[in-house]
Order: sequence, then C-alpha cells, then structure tokens
Amino acid sequence: MSQRFSARAVLGGSALLLVAAIVLGAVSGAYAISLSQLWNVLTTLGQGADKSPEHLVFLNIRLPRLLLGVAAGAGLGMAGTLMQGLFRNPLADPGLVGISSGAALAAGVTIVLGASLWPSLPRTLGSWTLVLMAFGGGLCVTLLIYGLSRSEGGTRMALMLLAGIAVNALAGAGLGFLSVMATDEQLRSLQFWLLGSLGGARWSAVLLVAAAVLAACVAARSLAAPLNAIALGEAQAALLGVDVERIKRRAVVVTAVAVGAVTATTGIIGFIGLIAPHWVRMVAGPDHRVVLPASALLGAALVLCADTVARTAMAPAELPLGVLTAFIGVPMFLWMLRRFRGRI
Amino acid sequence: MNGRRAMHIRFHRRDVLRLLGASSLGAAALPLFAQEPKLPKLVTVSGAITEVVYLLGAEGQLVGTDTTSLYPAAARATPKVGYMRQLSAEGLLSLKPDAIIATNESGPSVVLDQVRSAGVKVEIIEADHSWGEVQRKVQAVGRAAAREAQARELQAKLDAEWAQVQQRVAAFKGRKPRVLFVLSHSASPQVSGEKTAAHAVIGFAGGINALGGFQGYRPMTAEAMASAAPDIILTSTQGIEAHGGVDRFWQRPELALTPAFRKRSLITQDALLLLGFGPRTPASIADLHEKFATALA
Repeated sequence: MSQRFSARAVLGGSALLLVAAIVLGAVSGAYAISLSQLWNVLTTLGQGADKSPEHLVFLNIRLPRLLLGVAAGAGLGMAGTLMQGLFRNPLADPGLVGISSGAALAAGVTIVLGASLWPSLPRTLGSWTLVLMAFGGGLCVTLLIYGLSRSEGGTRMALMLLAGIAVNALAGAGLGFLSVMATDEQLRSLQFWLLGSLGGARWSAVLLVAAAVLAACVAARSLAAPLNAIALGEAQAALLGVDVERIKRRAVVVTAVAVGAVTATTGIIGFIGLIAPHWVRMVAGPDHRVVLPASALLGAALVLCADTVARTAMAPAELPLGVLTAFIGVPMFLWMLRRFRGRI
Repeated sequence: MNGRRAMHIRFHRRDVLRLLGASSLGAAALPLFAQEPKLPKLVTVSGAITEVVYLLGAEGQLVGTDTTSLYPAAARATPKVGYMRQLSAEGLLSLKPDAIIATNESGPSVVLDQVRSAGVKVEIIEADHSWGEVQRKVQAVGRAAAREAQARELQAKLDAEWAQVQQRVAAFKGRKPRVLFVLSHSASPQVSGEKTAAHAVIGFAGGINALGGFQGYRPMTAEAMASAAPDIILTSTQGIEAHGGVDRFWQRPELALTPAFRKRSLITQDALLLLGFGPRTPASIADLHEKFATALA
C-alpha cells in the first residue's frame, strides 16, 4: 500500500482541487462567457460601470450559485465527518440521524399543505417560508432523536442510530402520503426538491447558508481533538478527560445547523457527506484535525464539479444535482474502496 | 438595480416598436418588420403558447421552447429549455431571448426572478382552464413578439370558432354523459377531480365529470371507479399507447362494472390537444362534443 500523505499535502491538495473546481465552474455554463469577458467582469467589480449581459449573468446567477455550491459541499462534507466520528461508524451520514428527512418532510408539508393550513404564512414570510420550515424541520427531528437516545444521563449512540432510522422511515411515509395529496404541480416541486438543486441560488439565501456553514465549521474545529479521543471508545475518551456528553451535544447541534441550512436551500444532495470524509481518510488517515477541514474542502469541490455538469450537460435544460452527485461520487467511491481497501 | 435599469431600456425599445407598428406604418406595413432583424426573440414555456407563436408566423423569432412544445412538428426541433417546472436561469439566458412567455405553472419562481433580474421580460399567463386563458396566450405572444395586429386577427378568428362550438354544445338536447378522465394507467389509475384542465374540458364539451369532491389528480381505487358509473372514459392517446392499446385497457377488472364498458365507450385525444388550452381548443372541444353525442346514442 502506498504511504499516507502528510496533513499539509492533503489540505493543500484539497484546497487546490476546490480552487480548480471554482475556476472550472466560473468559466463554464449554458451562457457563454469567455475568459476575457470574465476577466473584464471581475476587474470592473464595484465600479458601477455599464453592465453588460455577461456582468448580469455572472454576478446575479453564476457567482451566487458557485458560492452556494461551496457552502453546501463544505457543510455536508464537514457534517459527514462529524457524524462518522461521533458514531464511530463509517456508514454514518447526516441523513442517518434524520436531519435531511426532517427537513424534507417539513418542506413537503409546506409545498403541499402550506397554502391550506397556514394561508397567511407565505404572505408574512414570502419566499423564505420553505427555507425556514425546512430548517426548522431538520432541527426539530434532530432534537427529537437526541432526546429519544438519552438514557441514564448518557446518550447511547446505538439508540440514536435506531431512532434515526425509525424517524427516517416515518418521514418517508409522510412524504409518500403527501405525494398522494399533492396536485400535479406540487408533486413536481416536491420531486425536484428531493433531488436537490443549486438553481435557487439568490444572494440573500447564499449569504445566509454561507454564514451558517462558516459558523458551524468554526465551531467544529474545537471538536476535532475530542473526536480523536472518542475514536478510542467513549470510556477511554472520558479517562483522557474529554467531556463526552458535551462533545456529542455540540457535534449534533453543529451538524443540524450546517445540514439544516444547506438542505433548506438546496433540497437533498446525497452522498457528499458519506463520500468526502472516506476519501480523505483513505489518503490522510483518521486524524480529525485533518479530516474535518479536508472533507469540507473536498465536499465543496465535489458539489461544484457535479453542479457544473448539471448546468452544462443538457444545456439549456438542467439535470438534478442529487442524481449527479450519486453518479459521479459513487463510482469514484467504489474505486477508492477497492484501491485502499486495507485502510477502511 | 442594474437589472431593473436594463429592463426599462428594453421596455422603451419595445414601446417604440409597438408605436411604429400601430400608428405610423399600420398593419399593412408589418411584413416589413418581418425582415427587420431586431424583432424580439422569444422563448416559450408551454405547448399551447408555442402553437400561438407559429400561428402568428413568429417562428423565426423563436429561440427556444420547453419539452411540452410538441406541436407543430417543427417545434420539436427548437432548442429545449427542459421541463416547464424545472427551468434553468443560465440555460434560458444562453438563448439570449428578449422575452420569455410562460404560464403560472412554470418554475421554479426563483429562476424566473433571476431571469428578470438579468433584464429579460417574463410574461406569465394564468392557467385557469378557461377560454380567457387561450385569449391571454394569444395577446401575450402578440405583445412579446411585436405582432399585435396579427394577434388581434387570430383572436377574433378563434373567438368566432369558440362561440360556434359553444352554441353547438348549448343547443344539444340529449342527456349529459358522465365522463371519467384517466391521466395515467398505473396500478391505481390517476383520475381527474375538480380544478383540472380535464374537468374544464369535459364541462365545455357538454359532459359531467364523473368524479367530484376533490381537486387535482388522484389515484383511484377500482371500487370507487365502478361507483362513479362513467358513461364514457376519456384519456390521452399517449396514455393508451403506454398501456399497450385499447384491448389491454378494457381488460382492467374495475371497468367491467361501468356503463362505459358495455358500449366500450373510450374517447382518446392527443394530450396537448386535449389539455393544452391553446388555439386548437375549439376544434378539440367540437370533436369531443360530437364523440360524447355518438357514445350516448
């Protein structure tokens, strides 16, 4: 087996990958913007000069979408690492503890029943209704599962996993019921929401998600060393002086904030939270101080690459992002599994 | 801010065109404009709207359509912007249209907002399954394509056709048939309740929707279908083909209990023609009405 790469090499490599993905995403798209036009747009930023169509397309549509992709990928990659570290289970994924399905169920209820249940709600919250409801739904389910998994002063991870699976099944049934209730139009909105897309990137939403993900990433930094201790087992971690309960609580909240904010804006983007941390661990080893930031960088790069394909492959039409993250991510992941099977 | 400014500029240009077309040159001079390369370029999102573009002779201005734009056949060859509810902002803008004409069933709305903010005019037509919907489609295309005189002519012609069809339906003295529309033929067939295009179409053609009490399309149990007692089953040609033909269709067990089964009363029409609410709607309704009458005779 080839040697593990140093922390610096892994972080530098994933940062380079992300930069490459950003550049690739910036220069490709259905609307042709040449490199010189892009240069022109970037150099005249903030000068209030005459705005060409390239200006408007790049600044209003492509740039917010790129940033949303970075925030979403970073949030999902980081949250996936936290979950896998917390559960000491390589299968863990933010979807597993019900954050995504809680958000999806709340979004579904809003899309299908929103108009009849709370007719005044869309008027007061406007286009934020869906985002806030989805975020709230993700958070509620996370808290519910966290509550269910507490016993005798501790949080039992096996209970949490089972509760998460049960709640996921319930949310799936709820969505199935909603799809029967839905009109044709609502069904389409629901379906596209479940497949994920960065197409709804507005500056206001992008900044909100970016702020939430950034805050979550900063908070996650202090979790890296305790998670390394927890990897040895909870009892050992406690012996090493780690307040295991506090770490679990913080990790769950950080994950819920990051994934809730991302999912609320983009719909469900699958596999990034599962694949990115594994990929990093295969080349860098299990140290969370490296895996956490590198997974965030790699997750962002993966989402951007998938979205670039989503935007261009069928232009002027668009492919659902969730389909592409699976199509691109899973074969890569399987190859990595084979190549580095000794390190899982 | 800047998006809005650009939109104003476009408005001005179009207003100037409209003034020129309407007052100084008059309708007779409009063919001159057809050679003018500056005519506004259009993207249409909805099969019926695309049909209007072709009827107004504006197909040269058409730079893109959605996947529901299947008629006339030439519309299939235009660049496709995807399904009407999953549009892409950059995709739409890459075709560099001056205006996008869509119904309120199109989306996502964020994408339409983004397109607007890039300075492209977006015309949204409310799809309420009425004759007014057809009229609004004709007017909107006329406005956006700078062919308002032709649009008025077309609307007058269609209004006359529609009045004639409505008269014929109103003059019919026989019993109104109970009609069941089946959207798809999966294990539980999807049928149409109130507030659907199919519900409106059945009413216009002089029938009664065999199902009421719910809105939109729903999967229906076999027993409920039998108790709805339809005289006629209405469905799309595409739906019957996907189900494997008419003979396969009548083998469904729940149908054997309906009045429609005894006479094998099945009416099919092309989905876009039947539910599109476009310029071919008067012809579609006339055809349906005639078939309703024969089915009950």
